[in-house]
Amino acid sequence: MLSEIALYGAIETGLIYGLVAFGIYISFRVLDFPDLTVDGSFPLGAAVAAMLIVAGWNPWVATGAAVLAGMAAGAVTAILNVKLNILNLLASILTMIALYSVNLRIMGRPNVALLSEETVLTPWYDLGLAYHQVPVLLFVIVAVVSLILLWRFMKSETGLAMRATGANARMARAQGIATGGMIILGVALSNGLVGLAGALFAQSQGAADVTMGVGVIVIGLASLIGGEAVITPNTVIKALIACVVGAIIYRLAIAFALNADFLGLKSQDLNLITAVLVTLAIVLPGVRTKIITRFTRNKA
Amino acid sequence: MAKRTLRTLIGATLLAAASLAQADEQKVVAITQIVEHPALDAVYQGVKDELAEEGFKEGDNLRIMHESAQGNSAIASQIARKFVGEGPDVIVAIATPSAQTMAAAARNIPVIFSAVTDPVGAKLVKSLDKPGANISGVTDMLPIERHMDLLERLVPDAKTIGTVYNPGEANAVALVELLEKSLEARGMSLAKAAATKTSEVLGAARSLVGKADAIYLTTDNTVVSAAEAVVSVGERAKIPVFAADTATVSRGAVAALGFDYYDHGRQTGSMVARVLNGADTADMAVESVDTLNLFVNPEAAERMGITLSADVLEDAQEIVKSDR
Repeated sequence: MLSEIALYGAIETGLIYGLVAFGIYISFRVLDFPDLTVDGSFPLGAAVAAMLIVAGWNPWVATGAAVLAGMAAGAVTAILNVKLNILNLLASILTMIALYSVNLRIMGRPNVALLSEETVLTPWYDLGLAYHQVPVLLFVIVAVVSLILLWRFMKSETGLAMRATGANARMARAQGIATGGMIILGVALSNGLVGLAGALFAQSQGAADVTMGVGVIVIGLASLIGGEAVITPNTVIKALIACVVGAIIYRLAIAFALNADFLGLKSQDLNLITAVLVTLAIVLPGVRTKIITRFTRNKA
Repeated sequence: MAKRTLRTLIGATLLAAASLAQADEQKVVAITQIVEHPALDAVYQGVKDELAEEGFKEGDNLRIMHESAQGNSAIASQIARKFVGEGPDVIVAIATPSAQTMAAAARNIPVIFSAVTDPVGAKLVKSLDKPGANISGVTDMLPIERHMDLLERLVPDAKTIGTVYNPGEANAVALVELLEKSLEARGMSLAKAAATKTSEVLGAARSLVGKADAIYLTTDNTVVSAAEAVVSVGERAKIPVFAADTATVSRGAVAALGFDYYDHGRQTGSMVARVLNGADTADMAVESVDTLNLFVNPEAAERMGITLSADVLEDAQEIVKSDR
């Protein structure tokens, strides 16, 4: 029903969107900052990486530059909010639409092809793995490394200060935390991760395109919420694992929907399926709690 | 419970065996397009019709898989993996982003692209004459030179040509660059106005008033969607508006020497049929649009202050009226 290649493809895309979900976890969950910049910082990362790779840079350096570009975009959103007192949602929308023009300027044209260019994936193809397994291997490594770094960061003093800022800004300020700086750092970090995802996606896709960012926020949120439904995010490490798991589940669901010819489903039904999945993900944890309480009551 | 699992397993095996037996005589063509859009849908229809005409009947000796990526690149990527995983005989990728995604995913399966303006720039093929790998197809690059010939014939004293385009559309940008070169060689100049959304087309067209002697619209999706806005400006300011696609002529443009995306699909279908019959994509040159039809709209010409001469009307394949 689901071919091996389609399965690996879903996991590969899921791992990349897991990075997006990390970013959205930091902004929406840790900082309580609804940030839509990601729809712009995803193609920004792709654009920066693609242009540098085409110019002959080392693909890892290019990917690093994409992370920095994403962080800069996030910092702009946060500064608009913190320093200029623009509502956080609006600030992120402003940055997002501005990035459309910026991305076009960076690439000079709407689409930069990376087919036949040397990417971060190129050396891995010589390892002797099947063609469709290579990106999964590399992206698992990237996702795990990012996860560990993020986890350690969240447990550090700065990370704790950031979490305090999101949980109770007034209290955090009273404890001497510069909450404005924490918001800027957090949103920058969040968009840096999204920029990384964009850069990797462009390299596995063979092109960077300005339209790539459409709906990234929705997919990221769906992944985050879906993951939280499966894994209760009561600790940071569990929340981070939930991000990746949710993103992979989301992509697997789409792969199944694409392959569900027997159900009569087609790709045009995907938006509906997404909506149903997200609704289920939101509703199911409540149902689970109900079931658990019923069982415990029975025991008692 | 175990019994039911066993039964399901046996059923599935039988089904798989049956579909395998069928696959022996059936060719499989997988078609993907980046988004649903009248022109791209017409290409899809054209491919299907041409295949049927060449003896590949859907449901009979041909199975067609068709998926649209809904304009979403992550879904395009997953569609590509799905197709590659099922190993069809030929994959048809409609429009540049779909073609690039397929090119990145398909290693040994022949891919025929369609409605791609600049296959070399998109790195799909090394050269138009010799693609050299598993990918070839049909480019919808406009015959800009012939369009400018027509424009000069109808508006001989035009010095500056205006165009409205979306700087975010890969195809449109490539065309505008070509247009600029063509006009330079003719001693004319180009006035560009950018519109990133359909709602910006009217304002962009207005900005051309006083600068342009004629307006030429490429096959830019954003602009074509809002062609009426450009036509209304042309009528009010007496600037003749020319189009690259024939459908826009009945929406009020003066003339177009265009092609039909349905014919484009037919041409793509014929390449697909050749691959199904054993041709190697590496040796198949990228084809360009072969049939061009002149559509004119005398009523629109009058409103924009020019008259179409009798010989132009004679040359026209079709004389159309505005729909309004």
